[in-house]
Amino acid sequence: MLLQIAEPGQSAAPHQHKLAAGIDLGTTNSLVATVRSGEAKTLVNQQGRDMLPSVVRYTADNVIVGDDAMAAAATDADNTIVSVKRLMGKGYSETLALKDKVPYQLVDQQGLVAIDTAQGVKNPVEISAEILATLANTASETLGGELNGVVITVPAYFDDAQRQATKDAAKLAGLNVMRLLNEPTAAALAYGLDSGQEGVIAVYDLGGGTFDISILRLRRGVFEVLATGGDSALGGDDFDHAIVSHLQQLSGQSSLSHQAMRHYLTLARHVKEQLTDNEVTDFTLPGATQSMQLSRADIEQLIAPLVKKTIRACRQVLRDADLTVEDVVKVVMVGGSTRVPLVRQDVARFFGNEPLTSIDPDKVVALGAAIQANVLVGNKADSDTLLLDVIPLSLGLETMGGLTEKIIPRNTVIPVARAQEFTTFKDGQTAMALHVVQGERELVDDCRSLARFELRGIPPMPAGGAHIRVTFQVDADGLLSVTAQEKSSGVQANIQVKPSYGLSDEQVTTMLKSSMQFARQDMQLRLLREQQVEAERVLEAVSQALNTDVSLLDEKEVADITQALARLAQVKQGDDTAAIKAAIEHTNTLTDDFAARRMDQSIRTALKGHNVDEV
Amino acid sequence: MNYFQLFNLPASFDLDLTELGSRYLQLQRRFHPDQHSAGSERDKLLAVQQTANINDAYHSLKHPLLRAEHLLSLRGLKISNEQRSFTDPMFLMQQMELREQIAEIEQSADPDSVIDMIERQLQQQKKALLQQLAAALDAENTAQDQLAADVIRKLKFFFKLQQELELIEQQLQD
Repeated sequence: MLLQIAEPGQSAAPHQHKLAAGIDLGTTNSLVATVRSGEAKTLVNQQGRDMLPSVVRYTADNVIVGDDAMAAAATDADNTIVSVKRLMGKGYSETLALKDKVPYQLVDQQGLVAIDTAQGVKNPVEISAEILATLANTASETLGGELNGVVITVPAYFDDAQRQATKDAAKLAGLNVMRLLNEPTAAALAYGLDSGQEGVIAVYDLGGGTFDISILRLRRGVFEVLATGGDSALGGDDFDHAIVSHLQQLSGQSSLSHQAMRHYLTLARHVKEQLTDNEVTDFTLPGATQSMQLSRADIEQLIAPLVKKTIRACRQVLRDADLTVEDVVKVVMVGGSTRVPLVRQDVARFFGNEPLTSIDPDKVVALGAAIQANVLVGNKADSDTLLLDVIPLSLGLETMGGLTEKIIPRNTVIPVARAQEFTTFKDGQTAMALHVVQGERELVDDCRSLARFELRGIPPMPAGGAHIRVTFQVDADGLLSVTAQEKSSGVQANIQVKPSYGLSDEQVTTMLKSSMQFARQDMQLRLLREQQVEAERVLEAVSQALNTDVSLLDEKEVADITQALARLAQVKQGDDTAAIKAAIEHTNTLTDDFAARRMDQSIRTALKGHNVDEV
Repeated sequence: MNYFQLFNLPASFDLDLTELGSRYLQLQRRFHPDQHSAGSERDKLLAVQQTANINDAYHSLKHPLLRAEHLLSLRGLKISNEQRSFTDPMFLMQQMELREQIAEIEQSADPDSVIDMIERQLQQQKKALLQQLAAALDAENTAQDQLAADVIRKLKFFFKLQQELELIEQQLQD
């Protein structure tokens, strides 16, 4: 056997460029980007556009995504879903406030919010999957092949349910999500702040309908989200509305028809854009013949109160992070509305620091995601960046009297695992229920319900006899999983998860089977392909482990593993999905011990040869 | 699990935190799930568990109280989840006085200087206790370990008071 030395996690096989993309799944617009020849670039669709409006329209027999869907937003409002991101991971009862604000019909789908369309009830996960699939399609067509993996960005404040919903949508779209990345972190990556820069960074993100401000700390290539804040109902659209009111005054019209309103909005946007580069602009009011003039100072007076509101949020978030403006070394601008000169000027004045604006603020998040996707897929083996995220909201358990007990406090670095012990309070008790919530408040009712877990199969013992150790694990994407074990017997308790505002695994699978995308392809073929890919990964990982660490095994173990690999390689060629799965599981079981030994060894060697002087 | 061993550092209360920090990052670079995103499902899961361990270990060694508790638990003295009442009347009296002072801050004419004064007291006491703790843990014998456990229990009160003080300070600023 030819021995090759390779670092764990890096491929020993000849370097092959893999296809990866970063996706900014936005409230108003979405983008996909990739790294080509060392440079991150957004990808354009067949119409030559890189910004895809996050709009999905369902007609009786078709699904339309993007510009064409948006064109019908006025005429077919019921079936044209805009701003679906606001509904991700939400319960029906939580969205009642939005009911009058969205032009489509919100319905209750077993507690979750969904939308009644010409194609029946569609939930936010399915709708987002359509947007993701459209973007992935653009990428596949441009890059000439199926994507090996994607990175999708989410707001830093997204909770578990919202992150899980995003991941489910990707699964439904047939995408391999390598990582959910926080939007502000992506923006900082796009500016290359991971190399060389140290200190506190503020990311100011003013989009069409939302404003987010995030404070990150960057230290030796490690990103930490320190605090996030903002206003989920403040954005560039509000600028437009303020300008419309003013134009309305000029025209002397007290009320506008639906139609007229749209004309005024279009005009307002035009005026706003003109005044980004010019001091004055001429225009004609809808239906009028005489031309009028507005100066930049005029509209700045109109939008100043709105900009001031964002600055107030900046001050608040700095206070939350226990920092002052002097601590901030760089300010990154994200979102189309940061083009407005007044915004730049006020942000610069507040932070005492000229903000970074050289990258298109509409694209910066997608570009950062693409950079990280390129690293994660394995195209950039020498990357030194390490993204350590923190959990944005505390995880807690409901205790007696509707109080919460914190298990994992907010801002804990993830991945993290915390164990908690419970005991039975009845003789012969074999089941137990746990309620996990997310939030900072003391009362369960003030926090967000995440999931209810039911532990079953606890061996019957006298009251207080069974000690159940429940482990809460949060992975690098901020997603929670729970395992439980009875300590004295070692019995693994069976856990049934009922997400409060999410889909169960079964529901996702059912949706997968019934979704249009997979009806067109062959579901069976898809499952087979998935197992084959996993088989390849196992083969590569174990072969590489054998190459580097064969000394950790005795002869018999080597022979057994080699045989299992040969069998897996052979089964992989065929089309028996179940057999491939079984062969993978067999290989895994056989190499569990080996993997543990290698882990121990690499921990010992990771720090070897480093003494105090060197580091 | 011995967290000192994980970082290949001597099991001592007196710990070089800069060195701990750089070793932590070194381990993270090696084991973080992002380094294994192209790996098999099993390898990814192992990476998550391993980094969760590393994070936990770092968290426990960074903070002096948690570090002292871990050191004692390695010596067979577990106090992390104990529930016992505290019976040193002198100490409890002192705590009550401090608590009263903190409660009266808002009514005082010059809250800032009162906060400064309490803050100085807390810092002084904490510093003295931390020195005691370091000495007791250094002795490496059972009697001194018991003493160290007592000092930890006392320190917990002070850390809690400090948190409350910071909260009040913040409220006053708002």
